[in-house]
Amino acid sequence: MAKELQVRTKKRLSKDHWTAIAFLIPSFLLILVFVYGFIGWTGYVSLSNYNSLVPDFSFAGLKNYIYLFQDFRFQADLRNTLFFTILFIGLVIVLGMGIAVLIDQKLKGESIFRNIFLFPMALSFVVTGVVWQWLLNPSTGFNQFLSVFGIQPKWYTDTNILAGFEWGSIEFGLPVAIIAVVIAAVWQMTGFSLAMYLAGLRGIPDELREAARMDGASEFQVYRKVVLPMLMPITVSVVIIMAHISLKIFDLIYAMTGSGANFVTDVPGVYMFETTFRGNYYANGAAIAIIMLLLVAVFIVPYLWSNRKGEQ
Amino acid sequence: MATFNIGKLFKYLILSVLAIIFLMPIYVIIVTSLKPLSEVSLESMWALPTAIDFSSYAEAFQQLAPNFMNSIYLVIPATLISALLGAMNGYVLSKWRFRGANTIFTFILFGMFIPYQSILIPLIQFLRTVDLYNTIPGLILVHVVYGLPITTLMFRNFYANIPDTMIEAAKIDGASFLGIFRHIIVPLSITGFVVVAIWQFTNIWNEFLFAVTITTSDQQPIMVALQNLSGSQIVQWNVQMAGALLAALPTLLVYIFLGKYFVRGLLAGSVKG
Repeated sequence: MAKELQVRTKKRLSKDHWTAIAFLIPSFLLILVFVYGFIGWTGYVSLSNYNSLVPDFSFAGLKNYIYLFQDFRFQADLRNTLFFTILFIGLVIVLGMGIAVLIDQKLKGESIFRNIFLFPMALSFVVTGVVWQWLLNPSTGFNQFLSVFGIQPKWYTDTNILAGFEWGSIEFGLPVAIIAVVIAAVWQMTGFSLAMYLAGLRGIPDELREAARMDGASEFQVYRKVVLPMLMPITVSVVIIMAHISLKIFDLIYAMTGSGANFVTDVPGVYMFETTFRGNYYANGAAIAIIMLLLVAVFIVPYLWSNRKGEQ
Repeated sequence: MATFNIGKLFKYLILSVLAIIFLMPIYVIIVTSLKPLSEVSLESMWALPTAIDFSSYAEAFQQLAPNFMNSIYLVIPATLISALLGAMNGYVLSKWRFRGANTIFTFILFGMFIPYQSILIPLIQFLRTVDLYNTIPGLILVHVVYGLPITTLMFRNFYANIPDTMIEAAKIDGASFLGIFRHIIVPLSITGFVVVAIWQFTNIWNEFLFAVTITTSDQQPIMVALQNLSGSQIVQWNVQMAGALLAALPTLLVYIFLGKYFVRGLLAGSVKG
């Protein structure tokens, strides 16, 4: 605030200040065209009849959107995305926070543990997909251990929908197959929330916990009443970052399972890719992309807005 | 304290069990990739190989080497250019603020969160028009542009820690916009460059959506080739595992040797300045 006032009272910016702004202009223009311009273009395509190799930009109104919301595959995608997002975020937070609290106990070898949980973050979703496709293959992988207990889950090949009921043209409920994909995604992304929570825990002064202990709080109460509330802003960030990853996920599922039988592991990202680049239904693909963008924007826009306000 | 501590032991136990579960995929990758074809079967996935055999690496290498090189040609220029542009933007947005600077920053930042599906159709039409479709330079351009938000964010946060008084003093001494950047900002931001470069390197190396839609066959980066390898019915999964390890090796090495900076990048990309 003070900074801006100062600039404003100076009235005219210095020559160097104009140079600075000039250096920002190319990036600004690139983002303007490649992000906002292209989104606008995609929006335009999504309202057109461009559903074959031959470009046809005649106006179709909401036809493509209406088609999607009545489409079995897209309805399944929305259901899968919903359950994937809830399970994925929930597990990443619980595991990340739990491991962070354990590691933060000044144990010996904490850096070894930290490195083990963090390294999947350095891998590609494609690598993760290729490996977990085998680990959760019903006839090998983890099922070899589980056979001792007599259970043999079908993992991503399971077509059951838990607690399902008719809804539109699909059965709404938790698709069992999605759990397999969630496990792989959680394996990869837990390191992210772990790193965030560890940084958060380091930021809480020891005196604060000490004071609570002096007041007779048990170790458990110290965490519940003092530490966890202070980690709330981190949890908000983790939820938002994970939500946007989850809503646009593509590579992991494409590499690990594909759409699956009855589209039990299909997501909008995979549908968009296949219908646009394999089927040449450009307008339909564009409509899926716009819906994905709107879903992500629900999380991201308020987040960016509050960050921006917080800085002024 | 010297006495046997059940609580502590319990914590070790939980962490160790989780750590073993987390390492299982790596165990499978390494063990399988070292097996000869005759020992690769669904029943013996977890068994150690009777003898170490590198033939799956030879085959994976033969299949993936050209794509590995494509990724190298892509990732090095894309990382350098996007880091340099990000540094410049971050410098302007933190040290040469002007009215609306925050709005412009948020405007740029939004580009980092969009699903890239929402720009893909026009992007490909554009790349076809300028003859960059299915080329590595085309992919470099794409990664530079869509890398701008994150690199700008990281450098802006980084430069927020350099005191404004230093810049003011240099201005009074008559240093220009570029002079300050070259003689004060750049020498102070070596760590920043390392963090951003590692982050961009990892992300671009691992990226799949742009790679699979913008390039075909011999121009494709490593991750697309790995996905093709694993989708192919002919290739045995010992080769797939060896391929996965080869594809992951550069980013794993970066993580092993420069993990500290990798984690800093991870945090810098998510926390406000």
